[in-house]
Amino acid sequence: MKSNETLVNTVRFIVLVLVQVLLLNNINFMGYVNPYIYPLFILVFPLTGNKTLLIFLSFILGLTIDIFGDSGGVHAAAAVFIAWIRPVALKYSFGVSYELNSLKISTAPLPRQIVYIIWMVLFHHLMLFSMEIFNVRHILLILKSTLFSGIFSVILMVCTVMLFSKKPS
Amino acid sequence: MQQIIFFFIRNKNFLLFALLFFISFTLTLNSHSYHKSKFVTSANFFSGGIYSIKSNITDYFDLREQNNILTEENVRLRSMIVNSTPENEVDTTIQGLKNYDIVSARVINNNYSKTKNNLTLDKGESHGLKIDMGVISSEGVVGIINSTSGNYASVQSVLNTNSQVVAKFKKSNHFGTLLWDTKKPNIVQLTEIPRIAPVALGDTIVTDSKSTIFPEGILIGTVRNFERDLDQDYYHIDIALFTDMTSVKHVYVISNNVAEEIQQLEQKVEDEEQ
Repeated sequence: MKSNETLVNTVRFIVLVLVQVLLLNNINFMGYVNPYIYPLFILVFPLTGNKTLLIFLSFILGLTIDIFGDSGGVHAAAAVFIAWIRPVALKYSFGVSYELNSLKISTAPLPRQIVYIIWMVLFHHLMLFSMEIFNVRHILLILKSTLFSGIFSVILMVCTVMLFSKKPS
Repeated sequence: MQQIIFFFIRNKNFLLFALLFFISFTLTLNSHSYHKSKFVTSANFFSGGIYSIKSNITDYFDLREQNNILTEENVRLRSMIVNSTPENEVDTTIQGLKNYDIVSARVINNNYSKTKNNLTLDKGESHGLKIDMGVISSEGVVGIINSTSGNYASVQSVLNTNSQVVAKFKKSNHFGTLLWDTKKPNIVQLTEIPRIAPVALGDTIVTDSKSTIFPEGILIGTVRNFERDLDQDYYHIDIALFTDMTSVKHVYVISNNVAEEIQQLEQKVEDEEQ
């Protein structure tokens, strides 16, 4: 990673954590729906970046959110999980161009980006709420939380990506 | 040997993932059981500090409301002083004061929408707070301290599926355990009340001194709804909490000075029976 990229990712890490714990954790829409934006760090991590490093950084990211939310290790588990399956999600969302290293997420067609975000958010939320609720009897609550929080997270992430995407010159 | 090293290098991503996932899973299991001490908690220098800054700013938004709550409590306490006869004072108040110390604290972080909710307080070990102390608001019970650091403490809210507070009927002294079914942040469930107990809508539920965490008679809530299946021996009771858990800001931490002595005594009896 170049030093410029390191700086961008560090700032992104800190900003996403602060937005998540100070703002989004307090929304409680309809009593229990909270959107999660911090996985965006894992989603837009440079494709050429070190995968091992990404898994490790995801763990730190999740654990930081857990420390603020008193939630044990649920966010760390979910973050590490999507960091690990990211190559698979990339392959199925963007096709072969990903494998040829000729792709940049920000310049890919928007529908493809949205599909990618939906898959990653789905996996993340499913893992998150399964770990948090941790009871097979409450499987409906797990699915309901995943769906409602997921919709909000996807909308929020798509908006953020569109807002910060560089216009092709 | 070489093959083993190659195997590790080839699968290093998966192995790292497996290791970190296992750590997270252990931390999660740890947080699901109340009796183990927690590693990951918001009661530390780093997150406590950031929450402190945040609450210093956001506290101004509902100053008027919080002042009203405190004034109401003062009115209630004033009227108790005015109405109490000197005899009562000697009997109950002074006796009670010896066993319990009270520390006031500010809630710097609060959540109520998850299944396991915790609050963070701006006081910690340096102010005398310890694990297993009871926390109340001016209206009623809030929770129990489950983790402390030098200057911050984390409180397991009654809105936490791990929370088990001993509660009883004010009128009849029948006691049970307070649990939460995660549905609403103002309704908790009282279990283990036997069928012979007289239950009516609006009955007041208070804390029981059996657990050594809370003093006897701290308000919890009122009976909102109750039912018992024909073949069941116990009631299922919904309790409406007095404390508004969604807006609690100022709390009191109760330390029981004789808790250790009572627990030692009970432990001794238990050991002798075995």
